[in-house]
Amino acid sequence: MGGVFGAVLARDLRISLRQRGTLVHHLLFFVLVVALFPLGTNTDETILVAVAPALIWMSVLLSILLSLQRLFRADHDEGVLTQYLVSPEPLALIALAKVVAYWLISGFVYVLAAPLLVLLLGVPVHALGAMIAALALGTPVLALIGAIGVALTLSLPRAGLLLSLLVFPLYVPVLIFGAGAMRAAIVGLNYAGALYVLAALAVLAITLAPWAIAAALRIGSE
Amino acid sequence: MATSAFKRWFHRFGSLPYFYGVSRSWARWLAVPGLVLAGYAVFAGLVLVPADYQQGDVFRILYIHVPSAWLSLFGYTAMAVAGVITLVWRLKLAEIFIVAAAPIGASFTFLALVTGAIWGKPTWGTFWVWDARLTSELILLFLYLGVIALHQAIESPRTAARACALLSIVGVVNVPIIHYSVVWWTTLHQGATVKLTGGSHMESDMLWPLLAGALGFTLIFGWLTLWGMRVQLLWRERRSRWVMRMVQDG
Repeated sequence: MGGVFGAVLARDLRISLRQRGTLVHHLLFFVLVVALFPLGTNTDETILVAVAPALIWMSVLLSILLSLQRLFRADHDEGVLTQYLVSPEPLALIALAKVVAYWLISGFVYVLAAPLLVLLLGVPVHALGAMIAALALGTPVLALIGAIGVALTLSLPRAGLLLSLLVFPLYVPVLIFGAGAMRAAIVGLNYAGALYVLAALAVLAITLAPWAIAAALRIGSE
Repeated sequence: MATSAFKRWFHRFGSLPYFYGVSRSWARWLAVPGLVLAGYAVFAGLVLVPADYQQGDVFRILYIHVPSAWLSLFGYTAMAVAGVITLVWRLKLAEIFIVAAAPIGASFTFLALVTGAIWGKPTWGTFWVWDARLTSELILLFLYLGVIALHQAIESPRTAARACALLSIVGVVNVPIIHYSVVWWTTLHQGATVKLTGGSHMESDMLWPLLAGALGFTLIFGWLTLWGMRVQLLWRERRSRWVMRMVQDG
């Protein structure tokens, strides 16, 4: 059991690390969305700080959904997915390994970008810790729920818009508590409660989502 | 004994031509009491019930709004139950139910939102507030639309229905989480908003038509869904022998 998890994880990590371009695109997209936003308003700091949590989380949602679309694409096109489907190893475990590999890379991107955003939007430095913690707890949930949608739409060649329609409503709790933790941290309130809820959501998603992803992959392959 | 009788019933019920034959009379048994009850509720709501001492005549929209809101939740839950049946027992009728119920549930959700907005304008002074219930209802509408969009996107009807089954199960697990996170969010934002019930309980003169309306609209929901299922069934089985024979015989 641990064997297949580790093998898939190592394989996916190696592939992503060899395609460093994608990683850079991911980072640039995230920073660009946030950096363009102030151009649409005036440069009043109070406004920017007030919308910063929502803005950061919305760009996280968008960039995760955009990059997640490729999660099973290569495996699907190259037939590796068929091997996973017929293998005696549990498909849910393989799916979890793939999502974890994706998250280890993209989560790293968000942690890397977070201090930059603090500079760009004028978010006080003391909120940085809460922001990173909320991102670290919230992004796995986003990746796991998103992967269900990706697996469901795998047979459709261009499912981007449909995917966002399926997945965005399910992202509401993470958006609320992720941005909520940040908002509380900015004004100096206690943000532990929101982080606990995010942690609970993460545990729930890690427990249940792999089964749903596996079921969705099987439905798509029938 | 009991299990074998159940199995026989299960198989007969699973037979599509049998279902198509009997569902016509079932639809009638749902339609007649449904329309009578809903008609009574609307008539009572508009004419018989006295005006509310605080809200005046505005509150009469309640007799459409509350049944719609109830059906928006009932419909989604029923779809998720059918989703489990689809994925576990592979019953074709459950697949068809999800496909047929989704647009009807979405319509009731939309109706609940619209009637709520119309009620909100004179009562709260605005069409929309980011209240916990309103926001969850809006997200529920998006969940319905997601199921409908997914069904339209996938060509193979069986794959589409099974994908919708899984999506509605994932959705129904999320509905309470979404609801409570929205509640948390609104309590963080603002103090207690205007509550629909406001702690005061309803007078029975007003309550009975409301219950009749809820039951009537539920029967109408069942009736419409049943007809949707029949249409879906005919379309899916259009190449099968029993449908062709039926069409030829008129």
